[in-house]
Amino acid sequence: MIIATHVSAAYGETIVVDDVSILVPKGGVTALVGPNGAGKSTLLAVMARLMGAKAGTVSVDGLDVTTTPSEVLAKRLAILKQDNHPGIRLTVRDLVGFGRYPHSKGRLTDADRVHVEQALDWLDLTGMGDRFLDELSGGQRQRAFVAMVLAQDTDYILLDEPLNNLDMAHAVSMMKRLRKAADELERTIVVVLHDLNAAAVYADHMVAMADGRVVAAGKTPTLMREGLLSDVFGLPIEVHEVAGRPQAVFYAR
Amino acid sequence: MSVLAPARTPASTTAPRTAVRARSNAALVGGVAALAVLAAVSLFVGVADVSLGDVLSGRADYELIAVSRIPRTLALVLAGAALATSGLIMQLLTRNVFVEPSTAGTLDFATLGLLACALFWPDAPVLVKMVLGTTFALMGTAVFLRILKVVPLKDVLIVPLVGLMLGGVIGAFATFIAYRTDLIQSLNAWTTGDFSAVIAGRFELLWIAGALVVVAGIVADRFTVAGLGEAFTTNLGLDYRRTMTIGMTVVAVTSATVVITVGALPFLGLVVPNVVRAAIGDNARRSVPWVALLGAALVLLCDLVARLVIHPFELPIATVLGIVGAVAFLILLSRRRVRG
Repeated sequence: MIIATHVSAAYGETIVVDDVSILVPKGGVTALVGPNGAGKSTLLAVMARLMGAKAGTVSVDGLDVTTTPSEVLAKRLAILKQDNHPGIRLTVRDLVGFGRYPHSKGRLTDADRVHVEQALDWLDLTGMGDRFLDELSGGQRQRAFVAMVLAQDTDYILLDEPLNNLDMAHAVSMMKRLRKAADELERTIVVVLHDLNAAAVYADHMVAMADGRVVAAGKTPTLMREGLLSDVFGLPIEVHEVAGRPQAVFYAR
Repeated sequence: MSVLAPARTPASTTAPRTAVRARSNAALVGGVAALAVLAAVSLFVGVADVSLGDVLSGRADYELIAVSRIPRTLALVLAGAALATSGLIMQLLTRNVFVEPSTAGTLDFATLGLLACALFWPDAPVLVKMVLGTTFALMGTAVFLRILKVVPLKDVLIVPLVGLMLGGVIGAFATFIAYRTDLIQSLNAWTTGDFSAVIAGRFELLWIAGALVVVAGIVADRFTVAGLGEAFTTNLGLDYRRTMTIGMTVVAVTSATVVITVGALPFLGLVVPNVVRAAIGDNARRSVPWVALLGAALVLLCDLVARLVIHPFELPIATVLGIVGAVAFLILLSRRRVRG
């Protein structure tokens, strides 16, 4: 369980997350949704101790993220930000291998290698292990980064807009894998999503944010409501039942 | 902790990787052997004739070999390996393939530190000089990193240009001071790499730089992780700022020792890591040995050219390295343009 209590965060004078308290239950997929600038990514960064909070606390299974040693947290929680540019020339297998750093400090054991190969396998990258990241397509690279946080073998995985730059087929396949990781590997996935309908299909819980505050949080069907979503996004949104699932319709002429 | 999927036999995946590792180890052994040959050639080239036959038959000038030839070859190997490794570390930590001690102003700051020492404590022990040179080099790195942080740089090429400009300003300032205080000769010795004055007793500081290459090899994984960026580093439980400090300290100490003993060697840290990067990538655990090896080899080779091209006189090695490095730098730039 991740508990954020009265968390505020700011860039300089601009407050981006304003007195947010949420509870992310253990297990399943939790989606953070909301318009640009709602503070979703910042909240995620604070939860993963990438950014300090101005006020408030975050705990992961009872461990305060600001006081717990970073290397201890790295075995409990993994985060992948959006727009990852590797910057350095690594093979896919090396990158995923660095996901084992919290466990092995770089000296990979046979057990670590098994984790790495399984993470590659899980994201369909086995044949690409020896390719360099700069030789891959955007979608393949994104999968390699996700394989890395998967190999980290943490209970919690936080992902900031993992569908960015993915076409529909890759987006669906990514969401299916995340869902499977939650169901079969018992990982708790917290994901910032721009695609409401992806959240409606794949998430168990949703947190809707606007202007740095949480507007609503709960089980997915309770958030997929027209009035609520229209308020959050500042846009008329209709919700229709499609194939037994609520889907938002907002493109209108 | 959960295991990912139904476990497959690890043997099926690790066996071919072991073979790959064995092959790359064999290649490395071959590289070391080639370096040894190059070092041997370096031992027997010079104004005074020393041949292998003389050495074996006991007719050689052993004093010359012990006092001049061996120290010179050792200094070449140590300085080359250390400065090339420093280039790799800087490139990983700044995430920019064009940054190295001579394109980040680090060598110029180290020189300024030595000049300050010469002004205020002319007969300071060599360790004091080293500490001052290192301190200035670290300050220079801090200034450089600060500029990178404050000025949003869209193009990777601007970063080394800013560094070169910073180095130019510091260099000009140092020249002005040296001119006013009659220290131009000392300044030239620091800014222009030259191994002709290396004799026993005047190069041993370079063992420190050599030891730092070993340190870099040991903590290589941290540098690779830091190369992935601050968020990745924190996610993996590593202290980003501490890693930066360790890396930049290694670079500063190396820069200071090289400048004190033989003078600045331009572009070395730029050329070598980029050649290695193109071949085997940036995983520092794998690339540090190769960068050190090729750095030593390139310096040995350039020194041979410098000694032979106007025999019996010799060019400063910095001149030869400057030409080789500048050409390589231009090739790197143009290749980048084509790809971009």
